[in-house]
Amino acid sequence: MPSILVVEDSPTMRQLITFAMKRIANAKVIEATDGVDALKKLSSEKIDLILADINMPVMDGLKLVSLVKNNQSYKDIPVIIITTEGAKEDKERALAIGANAYLAKPIQTQELIKLVNSFIGS
Amino acid sequence: MEKDPVVTKRVDEFLEIFKKGEEFTKDLLRENEKLRFRVAQLEEAALSSAVEEKIRLYEERIKKLEEEINSLKERYLKVEEENRDFASKYVEVEDINNALANLYVASYQLHSTLDFDEVLRIIIEIVINLIGAEAFAVLLIDDKTNDIVPVAADGIPLESVPKAKISEGIIGSVAKEGESYFSADITGGGDVADGLPIVCIALKIKEHVIGVIAIYSLLTQKEGFTNVDYELFNLLAGHAATAIFSARLYTQSERKLTTIQSFLELLKEKPKR
Repeated sequence: MPSILVVEDSPTMRQLITFAMKRIANAKVIEATDGVDALKKLSSEKIDLILADINMPVMDGLKLVSLVKNNQSYKDIPVIIITTEGAKEDKERALAIGANAYLAKPIQTQELIKLVNSFIGS
Repeated sequence: MEKDPVVTKRVDEFLEIFKKGEEFTKDLLRENEKLRFRVAQLEEAALSSAVEEKIRLYEERIKKLEEEINSLKERYLKVEEENRDFASKYVEVEDINNALANLYVASYQLHSTLDFDEVLRIIIEIVINLIGAEAFAVLLIDDKTNDIVPVAADGIPLESVPKAKISEGIIGSVAKEGESYFSADITGGGDVADGLPIVCIALKIKEHVIGVIAIYSLLTQKEGFTNVDYELFNLLAGHAATAIFSARLYTQSERKLTTIQSFLELLKEKPKR
């Protein structure tokens, strides 16, 4: 059963993404409200994929990606960034840090499901 | 030596009989040859008719198989067409499903609290994340002054959003008429200072307008509105209005309750003097 960590400070977006992820067969969704919360969840749960926003309090998504990709235990976990920052340079920066994919809000659920499936092979 | 005539006659007779026998034999051989030739002819005819029969049968079989192939081809095309139809219907159902999920989440969140500030935060979240607005403000009608006052904004400072008067400008007209406004050109963006939004949604409970959501610009990646966006605008028009109204009422009643409780406390304290 693949575990997906949804890191998003907005409860509305968290619920929407969780809703979409539950449509992926057998996916277990773990929610985190910011980067620090995500790191706590990473240390206590086995995670197969991270969906993270960029603009979050405490620790933003880019910092989280950077920490994950520089950690031997987590570096292989794919990270998909979901953000309102739709500019090309924002996307390039996130991908350069190590994010595996980048989706600009408002998201198309089908597109997100397809992308997630391409990483966890559901 | 003289030949005996009797013997000679007998020899001649024998030779005659032998010749006749020879001729008869030759006739028989000729007849036999003819018969053999005829038999061969008949055998050949029989063989060729059997081959022809086989060819006819094979031709029939081929014809039947061709008919079957054609019918299978037709069936295949039909199934392919049905498949395409199902695929497009699946996409349609998925789109509706996604739209419903968005509407459900938005509505669920809007009614998940009675805290006025949280309701405003949720409205902002919906407008940013689900609609894709970059700069916008929530303005509510002040019942005392009848002004339309900004109470929350995102992407622009709240102080930069001017108050509006009922019936004046786009915001005032929307607040008066209760009909949402959509600019023909949404890509250029509106003007905050001049009170010119690209979209203005009337927040109303039945026909009573309590405020508006004025959108001045969209996120760069948002190229236009989809059907889901219009559904979300409709949902916001009704549900955001009731959520704001309920939260305000709850806050007021809480405040009143606190006042009454304090008053009762005071009354209780009085006899002690």
